Amino acid sequence: MTDTATQPRSYEPGNHPDLPPPLLTSGPLAWVKHNLFGSPLNIALTVISLYLLYLIVPGLLNWAIFDAVINAGSREECKAIAAGACWALPAIRFDQFLYGFYPDHLHWRINLTAVLFFLALLPVLWDNAPFRKQWLIYSCIFPVIAFFLVVGGLGMEEVETTKIGGFALNVIIGVTGIVASLPLGILLALGRRSQMPIVRTLCVMFIEFIRGVPLITLLFVASTMLNYFLPPGTTFDLILRVLIMVTLFSSAYIAEVVRGGLQAIPKGQLEAADAMGLRYWQSMRLIVLPQALKISIPGIVNTFVGLFKDTTLVVIIGLTDVLGVGRASLSDSKWQGLPEEVYVFTAILFFVCCFSMARYSTYLEKKLHTGHKR
Amino acid sequence: MAAIEQDSESFSLGQLWSDKRYRAVVTQILVIAGVFLFLSFIITNAIENLEALGKTFGFEFLEAPASYDINQALIPYNSRDTHLRAAVVGLLNTALVAFCGCVLATILGFILGVLRLSTNFLINRLVYCYIEFVRNVPVLLQILLWHGVIVTSLDVPRNAYSPVADVFLTNRGFYVPRPVFEPGFVFVAITFVAAVAGMVIFRRWAKKNQEATGQIFPVFSIGVAAIIGLPVIAFFVAGMPMSLDAPALEGFNFQGGMVLRPEFTALWLALSLYTAAFIAEIVRSGIQSVSHGQTEAAYALGVKPNWTMRLIIIPQALRVIVPPLTSQYLNLTKNSSLAIAIGYMDITATLGGITLNQTGKEMECMILLLMVYLTISLLISAFMNWYNKRIALVER
Repeated sequence: MTDTATQPRSYEPGNHPDLPPPLLTSGPLAWVKHNLFGSPLNIALTVISLYLLYLIVPGLLNWAIFDAVINAGSREECKAIAAGACWALPAIRFDQFLYGFYPDHLHWRINLTAVLFFLALLPVLWDNAPFRKQWLIYSCIFPVIAFFLVVGGLGMEEVETTKIGGFALNVIIGVTGIVASLPLGILLALGRRSQMPIVRTLCVMFIEFIRGVPLITLLFVASTMLNYFLPPGTTFDLILRVLIMVTLFSSAYIAEVVRGGLQAIPKGQLEAADAMGLRYWQSMRLIVLPQALKISIPGIVNTFVGLFKDTTLVVIIGLTDVLGVGRASLSDSKWQGLPEEVYVFTAILFFVCCFSMARYSTYLEKKLHTGHKR
Repeated sequence: MAAIEQDSESFSLGQLWSDKRYRAVVTQILVIAGVFLFLSFIITNAIENLEALGKTFGFEFLEAPASYDINQALIPYNSRDTHLRAAVVGLLNTALVAFCGCVLATILGFILGVLRLSTNFLINRLVYCYIEFVRNVPVLLQILLWHGVIVTSLDVPRNAYSPVADVFLTNRGFYVPRPVFEPGFVFVAITFVAAVAGMVIFRRWAKKNQEATGQIFPVFSIGVAAIIGLPVIAFFVAGMPMSLDAPALEGFNFQGGMVLRPEFTALWLALSLYTAAFIAEIVRSGIQSVSHGQTEAAYALGVKPNWTMRLIIIPQALRVIVPPLTSQYLNLTKNSSLAIAIGYMDITATLGGITLNQTGKEMECMILLLMVYLTISLLISAFMNWYNKRIALVER
């Protein structure tokens, strides 16, 4: 706009010297000018963020890396060596943070389960995997393998479920919860969109009830009340009760995600299926669900991230998940007063897992998003 | 069923399942029967189990004295009061932290969301890092971290850290000055209410006037000036009828002032910062969802940039923002039940915690607790649905 004012009003005949190329339209300097110092507001924001960085980064680096101690026997030793973070506590108890009180010589079973789990996950996520069909059969029987590997039996040494703990417990609860809740959630979603008023009402009531109460109250129900509802004399493993509740909880959320997917399928698809003479379940299985589930995968991954974070809540009803181990190690008299180290370490564990899953879900969203883009 | 069977002449039993008309009815009857069987199964089990333990079902225990202390009570409470009153104190604490959390999370979330869209590379990346880190770490962990930092890293009241005069950050809580209102303050309050009411009327009139004549009044700036300015003038006219009661160190602790307990502060900060990260993403996607063509069209019509924002972009973005915002408020309220992990006495900690353990009435306490949370959730959704309807697209 400002250029027009300086330009001559009309073209004058004759020779004109070449104008110099415009300064600063590309290259690093132009980028800096445009992105950091474009306007007074922009300059202010740059200064503020530089100041924030100056406040945070050196202090954080000093605390977490340069002044940190990793080899020490107690908090006093740590503080005597350097003033920064005392990573010795999570380092010494690293195994406990990962496996809880699972017997040391059996840790390989948890590790093996983790490896097998990734192998089982691969064909689900990778569309063009070779031998995908056969591979998927393995994925279906994986839960059985995992159960025996973790709990024991079939000639392997048995482990009490109370010994399962640490980050492994979070992963077990999260993965079982989401896998078990998928079929239930799909049924609930179909029920909510059903033509039958009674089925629909029941599904809506269930979903809204579960979504209306906090997970922690449901876990309280699992730990204090569930035994009342079972025939007298039956006792139930606490982890199993938690798994049931977590499954019910996440199935309500999955149902809402799948419902979103179902709503995105044009009505014509179902009408076409009807016209081809398919029955309700046939048309759902062959036409509607494959399309609906595909577009709800990002939502399902997000639900899983949420559920995985929520598995830490089991510490409140007395299971020793990774937070439980952290709290227990904080009450050790040798290590008192190190909440930052323990919680930051745990936070990093969760961040790495959740962030990579969230990135995967954004990648999927982008891949599936075929509409107009700006 | 009998009626249907008589109606159709050529009816066979197999039709109940193969005929679409009957199958819906049969399925629903089966579902109802299943649900009733399941309910009767668990209810008979519950009755048997309660009898075996010698317990009765009833809510009389709510009238019994609670005999435990609550360190933060918005209404007068002592340990001789009933369990019911303890539950109400807990409920008010839940409401307090949920309300404060929603307000702070909304403010922070909108600021972060707008900054995330800034063309400034540095601030954009900073906010991105913050959002991603906070979103991907469990909120319980953040609550415990904040609590841990406040309790172990801050000093005892004697060596309190004071960032601003009369504000003291200690491991027993944050001490801030408490406003003391003198009788003359009523005058200021009345002025404030009158200014707000006057502005509502003025806004209606200005809108009508604009529609009739096309004349525009700067309603927003006049409104802000009147709502803030008039009470300030009234404050000085009335002879400054308010003083601040600053906390002062006496012995081992502070006296006077107002205290934000470590539990409340940790819960409030953690919940707000966590939810703010989610709200920021919602705000960002909401603003991005408004097509750039809208802005260009407004500019082509000669609408000024900040009017474009106010009249074109924000109304359309709000439509996208409000529904997920509702679920964030609900999440925050539900997450406030994690208070029990750090000993903040909310409804879960009073009714579902100490009262439950003292009286042994698991069934009754849990039912009440679930009902309370359901009611809160339904109330929030109802309010936000009403708001959503107000801003929704009016299609002709």
